Formats: sequence, structure tokens, C-alpha cells
Amino acid sequence: MTTKAKRLNMNQKYQLMTRGLDWETTYQDMDDVFPYDKYEGIKIKDWDKWQDPFRLTVDAYWKYQSEKERKLYAILDSVAQNNSQLSISDARYMNAVKIWMQGVTPLEYNAFRGFCTLGRGFRGAGARVACQFQAIDEMRHHQTQIHAFSHYNKFFNGMNQQSRIRDRAWYLSIPKSYFEDAMTAGPFEFITAISFSFEYVLTNLLFMPFVSGAAYNGDLATTTFGFSAQSDESRHMTLGLEIIKFMLEQHEDNVPIIQGWLDKWFWRGYRLLGLVGTMMDYMLPKKVMSWRQAWEIYWEENGVALFNDLARYGIKMPKHHETATKEKNRITHEFWSTIYQFSHATALYTWIPGNEELDWLSAEYGELFDTVYRPRYEYWKELDDKGERFFQERLPVVCNVCQIPIFHTMPDDPLKNCCLVSEYKGTKHQMCSEGCLDIFNNEPEKYCQAYIPPQQIYQGNCGGATLDDYRKWLHIRDEDTGEYYGSEDHQMWEKWKAQAGKPTDEAA
Amino acid sequence: MSIDIKTATIEAKRTTFDHIVEKLGEGKTPTRYQEAVFGHQAEEVFHYRPTWDSERELFDARRTAIVMNDFEDLLDPRQYYYGTYVIQRSKQRESQEKNFSVVEKRGLLEDLDAVMKEKISKVVVPFRHAEWGANNNNYYIAGYGFQTPITAAATFQGMDRLANAQYLTSIGLILSSNDPAILDQAKDEWLNTPMWQGLRKLVEDSFVTKDWFELHVLQNYLLDGVFQPLLFKHFENEVVKNGGAAFAMLTEFFVDWFVESQRWADSTIKVAVKESDANKALVESWINKWQPTVIAAADQLAEFVFAERSKDIIQQIETELDARSKKIGIQVQEK
Ligand SMILES: [Fe+2]
Ligand SMILES: [Fe+2]
Ligand SMILES: [Zn+2]
Repeated sequence: MTTKAKRLNMNQKYQLMTRGLDWETTYQDMDDVFPYDKYEGIKIKDWDKWQDPFRLTVDAYWKYQSEKERKLYAILDSVAQNNSQLSISDARYMNAVKIWMQGVTPLEYNAFRGFCTLGRGFRGAGARVACQFQAIDEMRHHQTQIHAFSHYNKFFNGMNQQSRIRDRAWYLSIPKSYFEDAMTAGPFEFITAISFSFEYVLTNLLFMPFVSGAAYNGDLATTTFGFSAQSDESRHMTLGLEIIKFMLEQHEDNVPIIQGWLDKWFWRGYRLLGLVGTMMDYMLPKKVMSWRQAWEIYWEENGVALFNDLARYGIKMPKHHETATKEKNRITHEFWSTIYQFSHATALYTWIPGNEELDWLSAEYGELFDTVYRPRYEYWKELDDKGERFFQERLPVVCNVCQIPIFHTMPDDPLKNCCLVSEYKGTKHQMCSEGCLDIFNNEPEKYCQAYIPPQQIYQGNCGGATLDDYRKWLHIRDEDTGEYYGSEDHQMWEKWKAQAGKPTDEAA
Repeated sequence: MSIDIKTATIEAKRTTFDHIVEKLGEGKTPTRYQEAVFGHQAEEVFHYRPTWDSERELFDARRTAIVMNDFEDLLDPRQYYYGTYVIQRSKQRESQEKNFSVVEKRGLLEDLDAVMKEKISKVVVPFRHAEWGANNNNYYIAGYGFQTPITAAATFQGMDRLANAQYLTSIGLILSSNDPAILDQAKDEWLNTPMWQGLRKLVEDSFVTKDWFELHVLQNYLLDGVFQPLLFKHFENEVVKNGGAAFAMLTEFFVDWFVESQRWADSTIKVAVKESDANKALVESWINKWQPTVIAAADQLAEFVFAERSKDIIQQIETELDARSKKIGIQVQEK
């Protein structure tokens, strides 16, 4: 041994830190130690080719993350002390936060648990460690969101019953079934679905509108955890790209399997994001950008370029991407119209956009909006003014795959509804689109298990047959639902404004 | 719109989320720890059965034979949520980092006699593989365990073990003046030297242990309860007595970490044991099944380190472990 130590740079040091920690087990068969990483058919010849995207030692991770946490919690404390909810643009904005908290925060939790199983399950040590870091990051996102929303929950409705409605509410089956679909798949499909399709390809469509939306609308708590999570997210995106390239390079037999997953998870992710697009277009009193515009930038430009990069591996554009693009001018209006009619069965408030907002939508969406959706809103507004706020009496039929009410229209005819049926083992299953139909037909055994909320309600499994019974079963009070104007949130906001001598909605 | 009114006029409607009120009772203000760990794992309306475990739901209490009325009772006495965890660890990291750089810069280990150096490289450095095993096992508990208190804490424990493996690597590199051959040698020892095979077989057996609570008992209670004191108490004393005071600076983290991780292991096992006679019998059966093998594996290593004193030391360790067991309500078998 020499006494003069060789100098090591960070990268070398990192390589040594994890060097050869893993070993080929001999007392137990490797296939028993890693029982789940072969059944999906993905072939890995050499796990050592895996490039660890994070290159972080644990102690460095503690250091960076603790600095971020210190700052984040200092701001969350000050939000609570200074009642920063008073700085938001308008109380309607809170419904965007509710959607996030009810629908997305539980996904952070599931990501945490899902990546823990991968952090144990992949045979390659480098991949395991990367997933372990992501798991604990996702735990961070989950907990910081709970802590951030905890303050808002003290004032606004629709957040306090989160842990009940997360599992039970029909509209929250959209995100829930999405993530459970990934978690119940094998580890390679899970990581393709979450790390690549979601975090790499589609994340900008989720994260950007939500966090920028929060910033535009004066929501300090959300803006802070959002930006603080961004450096974690960039690691996660790198993992997504790394794993896809790794699988594709390992064996040519992997290509068709991965193509199938990319097709499936593009479509499932796109359907899920319809909810986010709706929030962007309708729930943000101060708009960031329209769904159409976001779709053009983040999918038609960036997403497509990414898939072009993967062409050298034999990867093609995801199936039905043309349909998604054809729908860009209508999906959020169709979605909002649906939530508007059913919001008495949600822990959200809805409303008809004000005239200025309708003008913005007209400018963003053009003729289709003016001929189809705007007249509909104006009609509903008239009814509301007469004291006949429009609600549906029965829950809508939902798609057996994406769980979204079947309101979507034909790719080439925005006036004609699309509903496709597949029969499996004597039972008919309804789907919203060719994309969802394909997914069903590829794995009917999986999707015929799906829990379909409206069916369950009418079978009496959700507290009774009426929407009133159902709401009780969800632990949603009447006051938490329905029309925004006149709601408890609205009244409280008006009271605060009046105290401050600001013009109220009534006066405006 | 920024509303500028005296915050005194702003009245809260509720103090916290409904599920926390249900748990703690009306009018209590929860801690951030409680908000972070209660009520987050999905409980019902699972859409699909896992393709990797089609007999059970995605989250399923039946992945352990332990039965709890409420698995959220398996709380972490340290009350770590992510923020407090990383902040606490980063403080410890700072002092550990200082220790490393002092020892390295001043060459404090260089004067250590060759026998001791050899012992460190044969006993401490190969143990990084056991720490890696512990890392894997805790991620198993985190992934397949039930409810957030135990799975979140297992995630922290998993991270800690990777840190331990990396700290042990650093110790090796200080000893070898950054020559990585020391790591390859240590791996060879781990794979081939007879004195490591008892432990390696145990670690590999733990990798195929399906019941996550059994794995918790095996890894975080028994294996740790025997090997941590063996290496970072008894062996460390040995090195210190032989002119290696600096070695204790390198292992400071382990000592502090073990004290707190033990608290967590003891308290979670105690709660499960207290819940029912059936749980108690189960935990006892696991301890009876594994403890003799763990002790035997430690014996093999102790003999190399302590020669004729090894029996004494192992006995001391086992007595301490048995005392812990009694404290948490477990009937200890006559030896
Ligand atoms: Fe996240
Ligand atoms: Fe992420
Ligand atoms: Zn669908």
C-alpha cells in the first residue's frame, strides 16, 4: 500500500462507492431472489451496461435535499403565519388545487411505493439504486404536498375528505386506475409507464401548467413545493430516458414489447392529462396558456422530436397520436361540460366562465368553440340565472379503461359521440376511443376486473342508489359540491374581500 | 388580487383532514409526522390484481402473517418524515465528513500496526456487502409492507444502509490510499472465505424471505442486533485499544445510527407483539428460527477477530439481545 493517496474525482469516487456491492447469489437461486424481472419477456444480457443517471452518494443526497427542505418548510410556515391564501387570484383557483390534492398527490404516494418494489426487484444493482432514490423522492413529493395543502384545508372545502374520496369517488378513478394499472404490471412496464411515458414524455404537460398556474394565481405554497420538486423531476426524467434506451439496446426482442407499452401508456397518459388541460383552461382565473397551445409545444414539437430520436431503435410514433392531436381543440371543453353537469357528485365546484374568459377561449379555440361550446355555456348560464342550475341526475357511463365519462367525440366529427364496445366472456365493455379499445383488447383479463363506479352505485354497493346516498358514502357534504357561485368557498372569499374593502363579485 | 386584511379576522374552518380527526379525536392539532403517515395508502376499490401476485390486492395486509387491527400503529418513535429525516442525516453527515477528512489529511490511520490494518480490511470492509443486503431488505419492506408508518421508516432505513455501505467503502479507501483493489479483495473474502459464509448464506436466505415482518425481525432486529455491536462496539474497541483511536472517528456514524435504528426496530416489534398472543407466538417462532443461525454466523467472524475471547464476546452480545427481547415482551428460549 502506498502512503501517497491517488486523488479521485467525484465520478471516480462515486463509481467506487457502489463498486461491486452486488454479487451473484449462490446459496439461493438468482431467479428466486429476483422473481419478478423475467415474466414480462424483457431480455437483459448485461445489466452492467446500465448507466446510473443520478451518480449520487447517499451523503450528497442528504446534503442537497436537506437544503431544499429547510427552505421549503420555512416558506410553508410563513404561508400559514401570514395567511397567504389571501393572495390567490380568486377562490375559484382553489379547485385546481383540489384536483391536484385529490387526484395527483395520491399518485405521488403510489410512485413512492411502486419505486420501492423496483428498488428491490431489478436484478441490476445500478437500476435498483436509481429506483430507490426515486422512491424516496416521491415520498418527499407526497409529504410536502400534504403539508402544503394542510393549511388550505383549514379554510377551503373539498380537501378534508381526501383519504376517503381518493379511493371511492368516480372521477378520481381516472388517476387511480391509471397508476394502479402501472403498479399491477411488471417492473419493466411500470418503469416504462411512469418514468418514460409519464415523467419524460408527458410531464411538461402536467407539471408546467400546474406549477406555473400556481405562480400566476398567487399560490405561494404550491409554487414553492412545485419548483422545489423540479430538480428531483429532472433526475426522474433522466432515469426514464436511460431505462428506455437500455432496454432497447439490450435485445431486439424487447422492441415490440416496448412499442406496445409506449402505445398503451401514451394513450392512458394523454387521457389522464385531459383533466389537467381542463384545469388550465377553466380553473385558473389567470391563464398560463391554453391546452391547445401546450399540446402544440410539448407534444407536437418536443414529444414528436423525442420519438424521432428513438426511431433508430425501431420505435414508431405511439398509436393514435393523430387522434390526440385532432382532439386538441375540443377535449377540455367536452371535459368541463361534463364536470359542470356532474359537479354535485364531486368534491369540486364548477361554474360557467365569465365573459372575458369566454372571449379568451374563443380566441384560443376559434370557430369550433364559438359554434359548439360557447352557445352551450350561454344556455346553461341562462338556466342558472333563472335559478335552474343544470345538473344531471344519474352518473355517466364511463370508459372501461380510462374511467372517463364517455363524452368524447369521433376523431373526425366533433358533433358525434364515440362509444365502442368489446365483448369479453359474455360481458359487454364500453370504451371511449380506439385507443382505449386497443388497450382493452390487448389485456381483456386485466381490464374486465376494473371497478366501474356508476355500475357499482346502481348495484347498491355505494351506500344507496341515489346520488345523495352516494355523496354521503363519499363523505362529501352538499356544501362541498356543485355550483361555485354561492358556495361556501365563494361566500368566505367574498367576506374576506368585503373586509378588505375590495369590490365583491356581487358588485362587479 | 391580494386581499390586505388583518389576519386576525381570518378564522379557520377546521384544524386538519378528516381521517386525522378520526384517528386523534376532535380538536387535536396533528404533528407534521402524523399528517405525513396517516391515511395515505389506498384501502379499497383496487382496480386490478397485481400480475406479480394475483392472489392478493395491490396493497394487502396478508403479505405478513402478523395481524394488526391497525397497521398504522407501527409508528416510528423518531417521528421521521422526509424533511426531518434528511435534515437530521445531513447534520450527522457533516460531522462524519469532518472526521473522514481529518483522518485522511493527517494520515491518522497510517501508524496503525499491520495486524490491525489487516483485520479492518478483512472484517470491516467486506461488511459493506452485508449493508447492501440490509438496504435491499428494507426496500422490500418498504415496497410490500402495509401502511405508511412502517414503509416510510423502512425507506429511511434502506437509505441509511446504502450510506453505511458507502461509508465502509470510504474506510477501505482510506486504508488503501484510494487503491480500489482493497474493495475487490473484500468482495472475494465475502464470496469465498469460510468465516463470511455463515453471514452470506443468511443474507441470501433473507432475500427469499417473503413475509415482510419476518424480514424486519431478521434484518433490523436479529442481524443488526448481533453484527452491529460485534463490529462497531467490540471490534472497534479492539482497534482503539491497539492504537487506532482514529478508527472510532470513522465509525461514529454507525454507532449513533444503530442506537436510533434499534429504537425503531424494538418499538415496532413491541407494538406487534403486544397486539395479540398470536403475533407474539409468531415473532417468537421467527426469533427461535433465526437467532441461533445468526449467532453461529457471528461466531465464525468473532473467532478470527478475537480468537480465544470470541466466546465471551458473542455471549455478551447475545445476553444483550435477549435482554432487549424480554423488554419488548418476548419469551426468550433457554440456551
Ligand atoms: Fe413526484
Ligand atoms: Fe417524479
Ligand atoms: Zn377511455
